[in-house]
Amino acid sequence: MTDDHIPPTKVDDVELRLLLDAIAQVYHYDFRGYSMASVKRRLSHAKERFACRSYSQLQDRVLHEPDVFPALLAFLTVQVSELFRDPAYFRAIREKVVPHLRTYPSLKVWVAGCSAGEEVYSLAILFREEGLEDRTLFYGTDINTEALRKAEAGVYELERIPLFTENHRRAGGKSSLSDYYTAAYGAARFDPSLRKRTVFSDHSLVSDQVFGEMQLVSCRNVLIYFDRNLQDRAVGLFKDALVRKGFLGLGSKESLRFNKHSEDFSEFARDEKLYQKRGDS
Amino acid sequence: MTAPPAGAVVIGASAGAFDALSAILPRLPHKFPWPVLVVVHIPPDKKSLMAELFAARCQVAVKEAEDKEPLCGGTVYFAPPDYHLLVEPDGRASLSSEEPVHFSRPSIDVLFESAADAFGPALVGVVLTGANADGAHGLRAVHDGGGTTFVQRPDTAQATMMPQEALAACPAARAMTLQEIAAYLNTVGGDA
Repeated sequence: MTDDHIPPTKVDDVELRLLLDAIAQVYHYDFRGYSMASVKRRLSHAKERFACRSYSQLQDRVLHEPDVFPALLAFLTVQVSELFRDPAYFRAIREKVVPHLRTYPSLKVWVAGCSAGEEVYSLAILFREEGLEDRTLFYGTDINTEALRKAEAGVYELERIPLFTENHRRAGGKSSLSDYYTAAYGAARFDPSLRKRTVFSDHSLVSDQVFGEMQLVSCRNVLIYFDRNLQDRAVGLFKDALVRKGFLGLGSKESLRFNKHSEDFSEFARDEKLYQKRGDS
Repeated sequence: MTAPPAGAVVIGASAGAFDALSAILPRLPHKFPWPVLVVVHIPPDKKSLMAELFAARCQVAVKEAEDKEPLCGGTVYFAPPDYHLLVEPDGRASLSSEEPVHFSRPSIDVLFESAADAFGPALVGVVLTGANADGAHGLRAVHDGGGTTFVQRPDTAQATMMPQEALAACPAARAMTLQEIAAYLNTVGGDA
């Protein structure tokens, strides 16, 4: 994954590249194929947070102080999600995708870039409501192990619950969201039985491979942080992971339009960004 | 693929945005050489009608920006609701759902800072009416990158806070009326 298009005219940019090279070589997290505008913005915040004058100084700290990289990783990985974010997406899964999924005796669902697990819990609730949960295995993957720990815990701030509840209702929820969590000490803890069929694991769309045969892959607001090459790689992984006629869901402003693999998918629900892998690819 | 544009215009507006933009965007000539990127604060759950409304009234093309789309001259790109709009170093648009800035997503600062980085001196930054401090830091970044900066004269703005904050953060910016800004933009990019 190269970024040859960045002209090395500015010292800042040179230092940024060197920092990303160092992180890739030492920590095996490769951000060099990410959207640079966004990486730069986040690293400039990190530079301030770690009281560094330059990216070179930040690099020195990242390489020599063991505590710095895990904290830096939190800056580099975007973690913004909600339960049932974009309710229309979940409504389309419920109304249009579920009827197809019912025809399979067993199901595998992959949430790629699951962050703190909001989307995995959303799908687990939806699948329970639709009577599909017992035949489904869910995989929630992310590169941020701290986020995965939060996902395992399934605990969210109580103040986020009204939004989650409203989203769930607008997504066509057939039960009350309050059936699935218990509130205590300012936090809502989601029913651990929702994740008994879920595997949360560390997986990188940059460097790792396919690990199973899926009927549904949901990867929303992840591809926008990648450059074109990396977007091609990630969608290639999804294509290889999906069964024929399997489903791929993207974020509301993402599409396969500029992607190398766009021909391998057909639009299934255009507005909700649901694609179906073609039967012949 | 066409070469990235030589420069760009970035515009930020909040309360009163529609009227202010109506005095500027329809006056851009058909062959305007640079892309124009616009952030307007809009509620996240609303479908934005800005692109549609202005498409019918402008000589230049008007659309909502798509992720990784190459930016072209003679086109106005609106940030979609609930996403930040950024400019990549190679002159493509990119979207982000990172945290809101100044309670806003899209944020004017985020667009202006990334555009300043991508275009340096070949950038014009314009802060219009609004009741918010978004855009002030961004305009300063445009100036620090060698770009040209304009602010709607606060006494002519529907909401004065945003222009005032922008002038405070970036005193070198020129305060002008909407008509003066529109007239200036017509001279942008030389004969390209």
